[in-house]
Amino acid sequence: MTRLKALNKSTRNNIIVLGIILVIYVICRILMAAGAMSNLMQGLLVPLCYYSILAISLNLTVGILGELSLGHAGFMCIGAFMGAFFTKCTENSISNVFIRYGIAMLLGAVCAALFGGLIGVVVLRLRGDYLAIVTLAFGEIVKNIINALYVGIDNKGLHISLQDAAALKLAEGGEVIVNGAKGITGTSRDTTFTVAILMLILVYFIIVNLINSRSGRAIMAIRDNRIAAESVGIDITRFKLLAFTISAAMAGIAGVLYSHNISSLVATPKNFGYNMSIMILVFVVLGGVGNIRGSIVAAVILTLLPEYLRFLADYRMLIYAVVLIVMMIFNWNPACIAWRKNHPIKGVLQSVIKKKEGSASGKEGGKAS
Amino acid sequence: MSFISYLIKGISLGSVYSMIALGYTMVYGIAKMLNFAHGDVIMVGGYIIFIVMSVSGLNPIVGVLLAIILCTLLGITIERVAYKPLRKASSLAVLITAIGVSYLLQNVALLIFGADTKSFSSVIKLPALKLAGGALTISGETLVTIPLCLIIMVALNIFIKKTKTGRSMIAVSEDKDASVLMGINVNKTIAITFAIGSALAAVASALLFSSYPSLSSTSGAMPGIKAFVAAVFGGIGSIPGAMIGGILLGVIQILSSAYISSQLSDAIVFFILILVLLVKPTGILGKVMHEKV
Amino acid sequence: MEMLTVKNLGISFGGLRAVDSFNITIEKGELYGLIGPNGAGKTTVFNLLTGVYKPDAGIITLDGKNITGLSTIEINKSGIARTFQNIRLFKALSVLDNVKIGLHNEYRYSTLAGVLRLPSYIKKEKQMNEKAMDILKVFDLDKEAHLLSSNLPYGKQRKLEIARALATNPKLLLLDEPAAGMNPSETEELMKTITLIRKKYDVTILLIEHDMKLVAGICEKIFVLNFGMELANGLPGDVLNNPEVIKAYLGE
Repeated sequence: MTRLKALNKSTRNNIIVLGIILVIYVICRILMAAGAMSNLMQGLLVPLCYYSILAISLNLTVGILGELSLGHAGFMCIGAFMGAFFTKCTENSISNVFIRYGIAMLLGAVCAALFGGLIGVVVLRLRGDYLAIVTLAFGEIVKNIINALYVGIDNKGLHISLQDAAALKLAEGGEVIVNGAKGITGTSRDTTFTVAILMLILVYFIIVNLINSRSGRAIMAIRDNRIAAESVGIDITRFKLLAFTISAAMAGIAGVLYSHNISSLVATPKNFGYNMSIMILVFVVLGGVGNIRGSIVAAVILTLLPEYLRFLADYRMLIYAVVLIVMMIFNWNPACIAWRKNHPIKGVLQSVIKKKEGSASGKEGGKAS
Repeated sequence: MSFISYLIKGISLGSVYSMIALGYTMVYGIAKMLNFAHGDVIMVGGYIIFIVMSVSGLNPIVGVLLAIILCTLLGITIERVAYKPLRKASSLAVLITAIGVSYLLQNVALLIFGADTKSFSSVIKLPALKLAGGALTISGETLVTIPLCLIIMVALNIFIKKTKTGRSMIAVSEDKDASVLMGINVNKTIAITFAIGSALAAVASALLFSSYPSLSSTSGAMPGIKAFVAAVFGGIGSIPGAMIGGILLGVIQILSSAYISSQLSDAIVFFILILVLLVKPTGILGKVMHEKV
Repeated sequence: MEMLTVKNLGISFGGLRAVDSFNITIEKGELYGLIGPNGAGKTTVFNLLTGVYKPDAGIITLDGKNITGLSTIEINKSGIARTFQNIRLFKALSVLDNVKIGLHNEYRYSTLAGVLRLPSYIKKEKQMNEKAMDILKVFDLDKEAHLLSSNLPYGKQRKLEIARALATNPKLLLLDEPAAGMNPSETEELMKTITLIRKKYDVTILLIEHDMKLVAGICEKIFVLNFGMELANGLPGDVLNNPEVIKAYLGE
């Protein structure tokens, strides 16, 4: 009986979320068909999806595993460049967009996952703050290298250089694909709203099902108490790596969506730098650390708000900063905790903070270290 | 000759890093937190000196002194408002708050001073020293930076070892709960640590921007992160470690940008951090910490 | 038959010899008590047995298998489970999930099966839930199965820790002050539960306890540790009347 109830609960939640996303999708489609949607909004539809994916992905690391990653934009960057590179190389040889885009997506995700695994191996032995700084360093390294990376293709194959385009020594008819700080230009814009929504749904289901499975519980056990998790025979290394890899793969997917939504891909501090990693972190914190649905809601609200309230645009970053500080103090200061207990108002803010993902995902992580 | 001149430049930059790294390492040792906003205090210090010098035209020394005072106050305020309420919170929550404070400082500065980069005029008016018949030039900034950093290091070491406040800092870093039982005011000690760290950051800002004169709202972030890398490098919590780590990092950065690639010098620095943490996670002079079961 | 044999176990921290020449043999099915004044090294013995600390001397044999120097994870898989003096639950997870995490290595399915909800996931989760509820029932925690573990009252948190340890299907269960912070009636109930699980799960138990009533009441043998060394070892009647033991506890 209890099994049915438990299973039903997470399945029921899944179906509700799926329903809501589909309804929003259909409404958007109708508005677009009727010409009732502004160009601004149409342009935001795909970004909303990849920001949500990024927020979900970072929430896996921060909320479920309980470790802070400040290099998430780096994984996104890897996915974006890998995907765009593949598309650019095969634009003429693979004519079927679905196959080409599908492979680009897979390649972006796998590549980001590989780097996620790699960085996972490095940070496994480190405590929280060190881990944050190493992931930050990683993000900067990725951005730095991509900006100095030249890749060209000719009939002899790939040429790679870290100096300049001339050093590629391309044969006649060869083409420079990744052009250092100028990045990749002229990729076909294959990302559609439909694809982006499908990827969002996919990522959401992967995470929610993961949380409610054996591996997800192991990851949360490590977050809640590493020593106790070891004492019941949970392989810490394995599950930390697993969480890192999945999280990176998802950021890679967001990157592929991003790079196929613009015509010219460059790595700047704005799109793949520290600021981006912080913005994703703000989504996660405002949506509730460990709350997957909250991440989506926060990503959507914080993306739309500055676009529609133009006077806010200048203060956008400032607001992000205040959100981080206030949310942490509100959630953790003993005085605030006591105040919340005495004032159990089911306000919007509080339900966003306190709402639990299924029976499992839990609230703040990070106590393990 | 050019190698020696790069080396001296590296040591000079490294001395500034070690002064910033001191702030990180002391706060980490005592409050067990990574004060992400430390780098941005440097930026604030830079703007204060810039305003004093360009607007009021006062002596640069006044600017530096004012920067020291205001940065110290800023450091204490940040600790009071943002970190103190979170003494009992998880390290993740504290870290996120610190990132928030860093971001807040950067964006307030952006709103006040705008996005354009200001050109900082050196506070050091010493002429450059020409050696070996002009083949080797040491800038006035370097001539001041290296000895000043050495003096500050020695003074800080004496302060911590010999004074009552300094010893209470050691006590709090060893065991917070036991220090309370010994009658040490932990909150006051932590506040003093932040004050010292921020004052050092103000001095570092005067030296840093005198040598690297472009000042914007984010110009504290990268030196800050690198100084943290230096602190980790030398072993976090260790004062001599911060010094060694800072100088090593400065030298590595300058040499790699001179001989390998200026574009990749940041990547190289960060790559070394990852290597160090892989091989010796506690840094050069760090202590191994055991978790009580 | 011997379940646990420890020969000459020792560890130093800095200059301090925390545990020295520790020898114990526990027969299968026995309930052994480990007592001693504060700081005698009892919890250190537990940490050595479970691989949290690596001993610098000695051999630990569990059910005929040498487990010296293995990692905590491997030792748990070999058959030792433990509870902690300062409760270490998975606080943000439900009571049921805490026990299910204990079942982690017994009911396996791949991550992919979990994400895709394949038949193996559904089957194993069902078995896991049933087994976990069975264990919770023994501890009278089944009604709280869906509560957050951190919302349980103190005494029940201690019981949940034992339940979680039992879920890993251990041959030897180490209990670190299971009755700490409990009132007399809770302690009484705990004693009954311990006696019950011994029979039901056929488990050998070594427990650290300060509550002498509990120790004398249920332990079949007692080991007294003082300054990391053996002070007395044997039947409760002999050990508790040993003048050396009384002196160690009450002072000169």
